[in-house]
This record gives sequence, C-alpha cells and structure tokens, in this order.
Amino acid sequence: MRKITYLEALREAMQQMMREDEDVFLLGEDIAEYGGAFGVTVGMLEEFGKERIRNTPISEAAIVGVGIGSAVTGMRPIAEIMFSDFLTIAMDQIANQAAKIRYQFGGKAKVPLVVRTPGGGGTGAASQHSQSLEGLVAHIPGLKVVMPSCPYDAKGLLISAVYDGNPVIFIEHKLLYKNKKYVQDVPEKAYKVPIGKADIKRKGKDITLVASSFMVQRSLSVAEMLYEEQGTDIEVVDLRTLRPLDISLILESVKKTGRLLCVEEAPIFGGFMGEVAAQVTEKAFDWLDAPPHRVAGRNCPVPYSLVLEQEMIPSEERIKKGVEDILTAV
Amino acid sequence: MAKSKQLANKQKIDGYQIEDGFSQLEGKKKIEMLKKMYQIRYFEEQTEQFIIRGMIHGTCHLYTGQEASAVGAVYAIGGDDYITSTHRGHGHCISKGADLKRMMAELLGKKTGYCKGKGGSMHIADIESGNLGANGIVGGGLGIATGAGLTCKMKYANEKMVLCFFGDGAANQGIFHESVNMASIWGLPVIYFCENNIYGMSTPTDDAFNIDKISDRKLAYGIEGLTIDGNDVAQVYNTVAHFAQACRKGKGPVLIEAQTYRWKGHSKSDAQVYRSKKEVKEWMQKDPIKRYAQKLVKEDVMGEAEVSQLEEEVGNTIAEAVDFAKESAFPSPSEVEDDVYFVKQ
Repeated sequence: MRKITYLEALREAMQQMMREDEDVFLLGEDIAEYGGAFGVTVGMLEEFGKERIRNTPISEAAIVGVGIGSAVTGMRPIAEIMFSDFLTIAMDQIANQAAKIRYQFGGKAKVPLVVRTPGGGGTGAASQHSQSLEGLVAHIPGLKVVMPSCPYDAKGLLISAVYDGNPVIFIEHKLLYKNKKYVQDVPEKAYKVPIGKADIKRKGKDITLVASSFMVQRSLSVAEMLYEEQGTDIEVVDLRTLRPLDISLILESVKKTGRLLCVEEAPIFGGFMGEVAAQVTEKAFDWLDAPPHRVAGRNCPVPYSLVLEQEMIPSEERIKKGVEDILTAV
Repeated sequence: MAKSKQLANKQKIDGYQIEDGFSQLEGKKKIEMLKKMYQIRYFEEQTEQFIIRGMIHGTCHLYTGQEASAVGAVYAIGGDDYITSTHRGHGHCISKGADLKRMMAELLGKKTGYCKGKGGSMHIADIESGNLGANGIVGGGLGIATGAGLTCKMKYANEKMVLCFFGDGAANQGIFHESVNMASIWGLPVIYFCENNIYGMSTPTDDAFNIDKISDRKLAYGIEGLTIDGNDVAQVYNTVAHFAQACRKGKGPVLIEAQTYRWKGHSKSDAQVYRSKKEVKEWMQKDPIKRYAQKLVKEDVMGEAEVSQLEEEVGNTIAEAVDFAKESAFPSPSEVEDDVYFVKQ
C-alpha cells in the first residue's frame, strides 16, 4: 500500500467509479480545467472529458437541481458545491426537493445524488466561507450526511455514497485535504466504508469522546497528549456518518467509560452534538458518571482575524479543558 | 404543387412557421384528446365538491380552464418522454396518463393513492410513466426538468426529451434563470412550457413583469421562444410537436409561453378579491373545451351526440374513481416513517 492524502483518496474514488460506471459524472463550479477550488478534481477533465466533468455557471441551486433531475432519471451525479456555506443558496433544492422526493411520492423514486462540499474553518476565510452547517442538513429527514475524517474513510465513504440510492451531503474538510500529517495507507482497489457506521479511532477506557471530520484529528492529538502526560485514556469515536447516526456504538462506548464528551466545530447552540448528548442521556442515563459535556464552536459567525478565529473554533486547549471538566464533574 | 401543399400545412405563430401536424392526426386521436380535456374538467369539478364538503385535508389548486395547455402539450411528446409539473398539476398528470382512481385516492389521503397518502394534491408523481412529479414549490420542477434533460442528452442521445410545465409566477424565481441558462449552454432537450394564467396567486402579471411577453426572455438565454394561445389545443399541440422535434435533433431548449386562465381561485381559501366576476366570465366564454368540441364537430370528426356520449362516459369514469377513493383504506399510522430513505433489499 501507499500513503495518500485525503484529497487524493477522494479523487481516486471518483476516478475508479467513473471508469467502471458511465452513469457517474461530476458537475460543479470550476471543476474542469481549474480542478475545483481546492484541487480535488485536478486532472479528471483530461481523462473523462467535459461531458462528464461538467463545469457549471455559478448557479448553486441549478447545480443541485440538475443533480436531482439526472439522479431521478437514472444517472449517478456527484455535484460539487465549492464551499459548504453555499449549500444555503441551493437550500430549496436540498431541503424541499432532494430530501422529499422519495417520501412524498410514496417511496417510488430514488435520488442517488451526492453533494460533495468542503466545510469548516481555520483558513482565515471568515464568516461566509468557513461554516460547519452539518447540523442544518442532518436535521432534514430524507438526507444522509457523511463527514469523513481521514483518507481511508474518505475514499470508502464516497464510493458508498454514490451507490447508496439516497441524496447524500458529503462534507469534506479544507484542513484535511492536503495536509501530509494525515496521510494514510489506502488500498488501491475500490472499497466501501458503510454509511451509518461510526468508528472507534482510538480505544480508551476513561472517557468517550465523540467527534467528526477535522475535530476527530484534533481530538486524537489531544488524546495522545493526555495519555502521555497524565495517563487519561480517551476513547475517540468518529461519527463518520451523522445521519443515520450510529448511536449503538456510542452507547456501547459510554457504557464502558461512563463519560461523554462531544466535540464539534459548529456553534454550540442547536448543534448536532446536542442530539448525540440527548440520545445518550435518554438511553444510557444510568451508566453516566457525569453529565454529557460539549466542546463546540462559540456562538458567533466564524471571524476573520486569526486570534478571533482560534477563539471561535475548538482548539486543543479547549478540548483538554473539556476533558478536565468532565473528569472532575460529579 | 407539392410545395404549395407544404406551405398550406404551415401556420405562422408568433413569427415561427409551425407545421400543422394536428390536422394530420387520426380522428381517434383527436377525440381522445377531447376526452382527456373532459377528464380534467370533471376531475376538478369533483375535487371542488370534495373541497366544499370538507373532504380534502389540505388544499388543492384546480386546473379548470387550462385543459388545452396540458393536453395539447403532453400529446405532442412521446410516451417515454418526461414531464415535470406544478402545484396546479392535476391536468398535467391526467394528460400523461395517470390513473384517475389512484389520483382521487391520493387527494383523499388514502393508501391506494399514487403516493400512498404521503403527498396529496401537490405531489402526485408517476416516475415509471415519465411524470417526475407535481411540486409544491413554485419553480420547483425547473431544476429537476433540466437535470432530466441532461440524462436525456447523456444517456439517450436526445431520443428522449423533457416537457417542463411551470407558471408565470415561477418565471420570476431564481431557479428559472439558472435552469434555462444551464440548459441553453449545454443544449439540453427541454421544452420550458410556461402556462401564463395571468395571476401568481393574487398578483397579476402586469405587476410582476415589465415585459410584454414572458417568452421575450428567450433573448437572455440565446434560445428560441414564442407566445401561443394556450386555450387552443391544436396550436399548443403543433407548437410543442415542432420544438420537440428540434429538441431531439439537439436544438433545444425552447421557451414557450401559453396564455391561458384559471377559472377557479388560486386554492381552496381564495376569495378572489383581486379580479372581477366579469373578467372570469369573459374567459369562461372562451372555454377551451367547448371551443375544441365545436371544432371537431365542425370538421366532422365527431357529431354532437358523440360529444354528449363522451361527456357521459367521462362522468362515469370519474364516479368510479370517486367510489374507489372513498372505499379505499387510509394508511396505517405505523407507516409514517416508511419511505423516507431508499433501503437496499
């Protein structure tokens, strides 16, 4: 095996599916010659041509709408929305069309559409290019929401998403794309990582830490650090899929550790981890040695200035503090 | 001689020479189209009765008065072609061949309905017959139709095409602009068929547009487009047939504006304070069904008695649909979370 980046894993998944299946195609802004704003589709135009690497005008609503229409009629489109913030421009298509079609038609339509989009901050791109909107989409029945944290999952989950048969919002993270720190052994052949299954990224016995996407990586380094420094043994559960939520794995872990710490990048108010904490409280209350804790984004838009941005998004220090708090809580 | 005959077979409609394919249709086909128009009219009259009697749980948007648009347009495309519809979609659905029983059952929220009672009036669809669905969002079908057009181009080399119904109101939604532009740059086989019934709910087109014809927007997209009489079923048929052929040759898309009028209020709760009874009456005098029936009688396609017989036949079919719907069971509450996701068997 060879080590590749998250971005390379995503590209390889798409290339392999497109070689095997003529129904798979890409559409999005600047995905052809430019290779996408973050370079995920670089080189794909040369191999697959402009019919299948379909550059679009700046029309997010129509990108998703066209994706839906082509999916319902037999294609397997992968739409790229340049920043996850722009999902909001296509929200009617996502919330009222893609998510509803199967149900409102009595289960007689399939929408095998994948919307790939990078979320998250840490890039100094400020309020309209840094949001973590997974909670917004995960709230809508009919959508699946996937957020890989590493190259292996990125490849396997993207292949699963394309063949899932449901609209999948596939949220990538800008800080994971090219970072050599997160390269991983990834099989060259195509494989699937199941949607709806969480994964234990680090085994531990003291605390269950639940996170997704880039926050998994940040939490893992905190976990290693604390284990070395003070022997605190944190179990890191990577959600991988927000909807459907693999609550059973989380419960299993919590029943072992007795403590739940949720880490998310989005503002804490109304965030997705509130759902995780609520379900754990409802279903495993008797196993809890402390109330579930959340370390999450501050309740403001993502600011520009580095010092402010670092304050808004959970840092290693804040995650550490969260661990301390939950260990000292009654 | 042949040339003059060919010329005689063409009509000039809003600047376009359009072949009069309608007159070449078999009498049987022409009568079938009249039958469909009656089906729509009587289906909607029955629906109105249900509304009055409080049997419709939600709302309905009646298609009465616009029958020529749906029937003329749908009959001009092939059975394998796709349509997308609107919140005022019963007419499109019936034209595309929907089963009246299952439609009626859906309106009453029954399990035997097209959507098992989960969609209601605004969401009737029959994907297998190419009906990609009514849509509760104004303009909601435009993006989907464009995507279906992309499938037609990529998978079927334009042998299939899409007829996208939308209203004057939807022409001012952003998705209209994005979709038509995208279809134009990609040359997709989509007929954007705007039914201008003069009101977006209560707002007249005069207050919502600063152009004379909605089809003038074709210039913004570099496509063909024209405005036609949406109450003349033959003209609608001819125009759509003409551009459907162009679509199959890869010359799509096109923007057709069909001028028509809805006789009833926007939905069940509309007191119609925004228009006069006189105006409604004037349009009712231009009844597209009566006009078409008279044409067929005049052209000797059928006699007056046959028209009455056809009406009676349709009336019976609607009565059967009503019986079916009433006798059908409601869905079980336990089904409420079924069908949210596709699940692999």
